[in-house]
Amino acid sequence: MIKATRLWALCRKESYQIVRDPSSILVAFILPVILLFVMGYAINLDASRMRLGLLREDNGAAATRFEATLRGSTAFEVLPGPSRALLLDRMARGQIRGLVVLRQDFSERLAEGRGRAAVQVLTDGSEPNTAAFIGNYVQGAFEGWQAEELRNRGLSAAPAVDVRMRAWFNPSTVSRNFLVPGSIAVVMTIIGALLTSLVVAREWERGTMEALLATPVTRTELLLSKILPYYALGMTAMLVCLGVAVFLMDVPFRGSLAALLGQSTLFLGSALGLGLFLSTIMRSQFNAAMAALTAGFLPALMLSGFVFEIASMPLPLRLLTRVIPARYFASSLQSLFQAGTPWSLLGPNALGLALLMVLWLGLTALNTRRTLD
Amino acid sequence: MFQRLLRLILKELQVTLGDKKARLLLIVPVMMQTLIFPFAATLEVRHAVIAVLDADGSAASTDLVQRLGRTEAFDRVVPVHDDAALEAVLDRQEALLALRIPPDYARARLQGRIATLQVLLDGRRSNSAQIASGYLTQILQDQIQEARQKSGAPSGGATVALRHLYNPNLAFTWHVLPSLVAIITTIGCLMVTALSVAREREEGTFDQLLVSPLTPGYLMAGKAVPGVLIAVFQGSFIALAAVFGYGLPFTGSIPVFLAGILAYGLALAGIGLFISSVSATQQQAFLGVFAFMAPAVMLSGYVAPIENMPVFFQGVARVNPLSYFIPILKGTFLKHYGWPQALPLLWPLLAIAVGTLGTAWAVFRRQGA
Repeated sequence: MIKATRLWALCRKESYQIVRDPSSILVAFILPVILLFVMGYAINLDASRMRLGLLREDNGAAATRFEATLRGSTAFEVLPGPSRALLLDRMARGQIRGLVVLRQDFSERLAEGRGRAAVQVLTDGSEPNTAAFIGNYVQGAFEGWQAEELRNRGLSAAPAVDVRMRAWFNPSTVSRNFLVPGSIAVVMTIIGALLTSLVVAREWERGTMEALLATPVTRTELLLSKILPYYALGMTAMLVCLGVAVFLMDVPFRGSLAALLGQSTLFLGSALGLGLFLSTIMRSQFNAAMAALTAGFLPALMLSGFVFEIASMPLPLRLLTRVIPARYFASSLQSLFQAGTPWSLLGPNALGLALLMVLWLGLTALNTRRTLD
Repeated sequence: MFQRLLRLILKELQVTLGDKKARLLLIVPVMMQTLIFPFAATLEVRHAVIAVLDADGSAASTDLVQRLGRTEAFDRVVPVHDDAALEAVLDRQEALLALRIPPDYARARLQGRIATLQVLLDGRRSNSAQIASGYLTQILQDQIQEARQKSGAPSGGATVALRHLYNPNLAFTWHVLPSLVAIITTIGCLMVTALSVAREREEGTFDQLLVSPLTPGYLMAGKAVPGVLIAVFQGSFIALAAVFGYGLPFTGSIPVFLAGILAYGLALAGIGLFISSVSATQQQAFLGVFAFMAPAVMLSGYVAPIENMPVFFQGVARVNPLSYFIPILKGTFLKHYGWPQALPLLWPLLAIAVGTLGTAWAVFRRQGA
């Protein structure tokens, strides 16, 4: 069924087509590096230097001391303002994300205690993550400061329970360490699904598919010739990503390289399968590209669990993520980079990827007919 | 002259929307995304699994474990009996975090000593784990507070009154849907404008257009208008779904919203036409669109706020049309935006539109000559 010389010739033709189009080099090597840097450095979930407005109407010593505490924190950049209206306007324009108000009766309320509110905090709820962070942080800062004030006056306020947090695999909880491995899954989806979504559609659009079908080429040879060169391209890009992540971005890689290559192979199989399937049924480059964006890239970004936690999604969506290859790959990559090679996790992921690979490649084979219509 | 332009625009619309599959691909994904992404794109932590190693087994520790199970954040509390099991559960990602209660927990609290709890987080998902551990601390504080009140101890000092403006419950959908208007219109408009010229080039019909009496300005208008129209329709669809389907408030001005979409559509059309002016094939145009779009979405402030980014990326965000359009959308939905607040964001969009359309025009004119 497969004739080696014929397959070799087809693969060579496809490889020339890849190598001679500057845009595929852009996608395979330059874009991954750019995206890794963007996702690794620009998506910073470890909120820091939040711009916080401050309105202090109380000139007492206590209010001054609390202001100094806020200013001393690395979490905030404190921007005082003259009036509430002006500060609220700044918040509406997104120039500050929160506002701390110390009213004239701050010192009195503080002295009185008993759970009365001494500090008012207003946040910009249109950025929920930042708003929650500011709320928690100002509350924490105020409680810590108040406890210290009490201690200074000789009144004990020791915490009854001490909670010691320790993050395994990523002790300093750098979000880059899990975002970069996750984004490799997104980048590989781009190479696997997006690039290949165009190739068969292009042959149909330009009429070269008819020429191919008029030759003795078999269905398997035709599909393999579309898969193998892009697989080689994808694996090269994977190694580039690994190199950039480890050597340029200082993300630790603790797993086994063989396991990484194995998982990547299975993933590329399913992603290439998806791309070829869309391209085979769409037969127009615009449609195939739109479909690949919708079925490949966006789910990889939103539903792979690389930023947005899958467990937090409602049940139908959690089920939906099971047919998205990037979900398994992102999970494997995060473990391989940070935890080592836990087979109890990698095994099921490999199985999921293998099933999806069989599904998409099988559907492509079924839809590839050697007849003209 | 005007009639000629109208015919051209009609022809382009027919080409874009005439194909049944293409029509479906401009509508169905938008509906699906509106249905799926608001539920998916959330940094809230819900249904998380926490493993608990309770070496104490006292009333206080049992009460703490039960409190954990009652919150929405934790779906399941998995009891484990030794350290090895605790490690295995974390390793396999079956639990997001683990709590270890020491044997003398209740005794220490009774005697007024400091009781130490250990919380282990899965650092592979450190962001979610930290959020979840925040809930855990809150629950613990509540327990301590209640115990204090029961024992009649003086109830602490002053507190903080916290209020979230514009989005009192910090609902993530209120943040996602306005951003989604921007992200989805980006895909539709860019693809239509960038690929249509490339398709004509591939099919050879672009040369015919170039030798017709149409000037490059007309050609571009013919290609830009369908893209902008698609952006307006898709954007309005999601906005309507947000208000009537998801119950988002729309507090700002509708003309400002429409002006925003229009200005953004023009900026996108400029970028799309610029990409298509320098690409020879549809594949190049598509990859060009992608090379612009993916970083633009990441740097728009949608996933993480722009002010958190390193200075270099903040500079890049300044020329990114999305980082002006998303604040306009959030402003008109949530923040009562009218013209005074929106104008400082609209001008940069128009400037980007003029810049990109001008560059594309120059390139097309050179090619036509």
